[in-house]
Amino acid sequence: MGNQLMQTLHGIPLNNYIFLSAVLFVIGVMGVLYRRNAIIIFMSIELMLNAVNLLLAAFSTYRSDGSGQVFVFFIMAVAAAEVAVGLAILMMIYRNTKSVDIDLLSNIKN
Amino acid sequence: MTQLVQLVPLFPLIGFLILAWQKNNLSKQMGAIIASAAVLASFVLSCVLFFSLVGKDGAASATYDLFTWMAAGNLKISMSFLIDPLSSVFLLVITGVGFLIHVYSAGYMHDDEHHNKFFSYLNLFIFFMLLLVLGSNYLVMFVGWEGVGLCSYLLIGFWFKNINYSSAAKKAFIMNRIGDLGFLLGIILIFMTFGGIDFETVFAGAKNFPGNQSVMVAITMLLFVGAMGKSAQIPLYTWLPDAMAGPTPVSALIHAATMVTAGVYMIARSSVLYALAPETMHVVAVVGLVTAILAATIGLAQNDIKKVLAYSTVSQLGLMFMGLGVGAFTSAVFHVITHAFFKALLFLGAGSVIHAMHHEQDIRKMGGLKKHLPITHITFLLATLAISGVPPFSGFFSKDEIFAHTFEHNKVLWLFGVVVAVFTAFYMFRLYYLTFHGEFRGTKHQLEHLHESPKSMTTPLMVLALLSVVGGFIGIPGDGHLLHHFLAPVFKDAEIRLLPVEPNFSTELALMAVAVITAVIAILVARNKYITSKEVPAAESATLKPLHKLVYNKYYVDELYENVITKPLNWKSNIYNKFVENEIIDGGVRLVKWTVDGSSMLVRQLQTGKTGFYILCMVLGVIAILATLIL
Repeated sequence: MGNQLMQTLHGIPLNNYIFLSAVLFVIGVMGVLYRRNAIIIFMSIELMLNAVNLLLAAFSTYRSDGSGQVFVFFIMAVAAAEVAVGLAILMMIYRNTKSVDIDLLSNIKN
Repeated sequence: MTQLVQLVPLFPLIGFLILAWQKNNLSKQMGAIIASAAVLASFVLSCVLFFSLVGKDGAASATYDLFTWMAAGNLKISMSFLIDPLSSVFLLVITGVGFLIHVYSAGYMHDDEHHNKFFSYLNLFIFFMLLLVLGSNYLVMFVGWEGVGLCSYLLIGFWFKNINYSSAAKKAFIMNRIGDLGFLLGIILIFMTFGGIDFETVFAGAKNFPGNQSVMVAITMLLFVGAMGKSAQIPLYTWLPDAMAGPTPVSALIHAATMVTAGVYMIARSSVLYALAPETMHVVAVVGLVTAILAATIGLAQNDIKKVLAYSTVSQLGLMFMGLGVGAFTSAVFHVITHAFFKALLFLGAGSVIHAMHHEQDIRKMGGLKKHLPITHITFLLATLAISGVPPFSGFFSKDEIFAHTFEHNKVLWLFGVVVAVFTAFYMFRLYYLTFHGEFRGTKHQLEHLHESPKSMTTPLMVLALLSVVGGFIGIPGDGHLLHHFLAPVFKDAEIRLLPVEPNFSTELALMAVAVITAVIAILVARNKYITSKEVPAAESATLKPLHKLVYNKYYVDELYENVITKPLNWKSNIYNKFVENEIIDGGVRLVKWTVDGSSMLVRQLQTGKTGFYILCMVLGVIAILATLIL
């Protein structure tokens, strides 16, 4: 049964997973770089983390090594904590500047 | 007993330190007392040391090591002092005359706002001068040598707010330094030849040195260059008349009694070396004589009381060097001693006159001062008689000894020496008559304020007058020549080589007669000109006859130096400034600035303050790291 499952899963080549993960990661990076809304930036960061999770899980399956999935758990826990902290900071910024636009955070006058 | 020697320079040093650090906290009286007491203490110690050497025939000479200064390989130089007849005699003169001048300065500088600074400089000078004569190796002597040059600069330019005085101080220092270069090269050559620079090593080596070696001539010539600078011989003498810009006690102390005699001391100390190089001794004698004549002729035409005395000093120093050059070392030292007495007295007397005349120094505006300044008048007269070589004053004995030895050495030199003596008597009495006799030629205002100087100024005058009168008796020709017996052990090694001819008594008597008669004739001529005929030197604006003009303008030597040496040097210096300093060196610094400015402007672009930009940079950085790792 495990073998059958494995064979089914191996039906999709590993490369597909790599490409998908890469594309998701790049979309996440572009989102972080291009978007001005801080909440969208957080979402993009989550997207990047999920892309990495996907990659780890794929490799873990294709190598039959459980450590990949264990690492995924770690990443998820860290991501959750990071989002909590990030949103708290965002809340404080909103209270001060009444906006979530990151361009308005520049204190250095050119 | 020998340990006492380290205290001798220590007292003036302490005096200097106290006065320099506390000059604003001490009252003028306190300052003068501390400074004078320091020198007095040194004088007392010098007497003690002197009397420990008397009668022992040089056997009690001792060296005292303070500490090792440098030790490298074979060379070991220590700070050590030598007490022997020669240094003890100089110690007495320096501290004795120095003390009298300190007391005089208390009166003379009484109204000066920088009174304590003056005394600190005086003490510092005494300290360095004592180092110079006490040193038992050439390097300690050189330290003292340089130090007195420094103090001379500080004291000549004491009233520094006057730019002319500061220039005079600078000129003195620079000319001294030119001589010092020669001195230093001489010391280096001595080290190369003898393997050491302390007197014991050098003189012991010199005793066994073969004669007629060119290295000896080189060493002695270089040392003489140093003496030329310090003791104002041709060609490095023009600083001394300009040095009269300093306060009169400075002129008395430094430029009459002590610093300018340092050259004489140095050559006397190195007598063994000079005995090995007769060519140099001849040069020394001739240079001394030419300087004496030149300065005497210039002195004939000067109208500033201090300038006449300055040229007189140069001239007398020339006579001292002539004495050294013919091998009469004791006579030269004798003349140093007597000259210290009467020249210091002349300068201090001149200071008294200047003080009374409210800083007037032109003798054409003086006259008839003997009624108003009795003590100054009598002491000045005694000094003038001494310097003119009238018996039985001190100058007669010392000058005569030099002339006697010169006569035995070379008749031509002697003849010119007599000419110098005649000129000396003439211009000194010219000075005396124009200042103290005749009608008063100054302003009414000055006449009202004429008064004799306070006791602090007249007492040293009287003491020095006494010394000028009786000081000659330490050197009566023949067996009674106390100074000769005292100094004999110092010069015996040189005299073994030189075998100087001692003049016999009848020759000396004849020479004495010639000297006295010519001096008296000169005095009578001066009397006739300035008292009987009541001639007064021409005013500043009058046109002078060509010869008179030449002499009055000091043979234009200063102008010669100015155009041949100073102007090209300044021109070169300006070029260096404009091109090397401003373009090349400054350009290098500006290049660095331009680089830093440019790169900082570029780098500054990174600091936009925009959060998005920073995130972009982070991403780019991560990509770069990954690229480095993978590729």
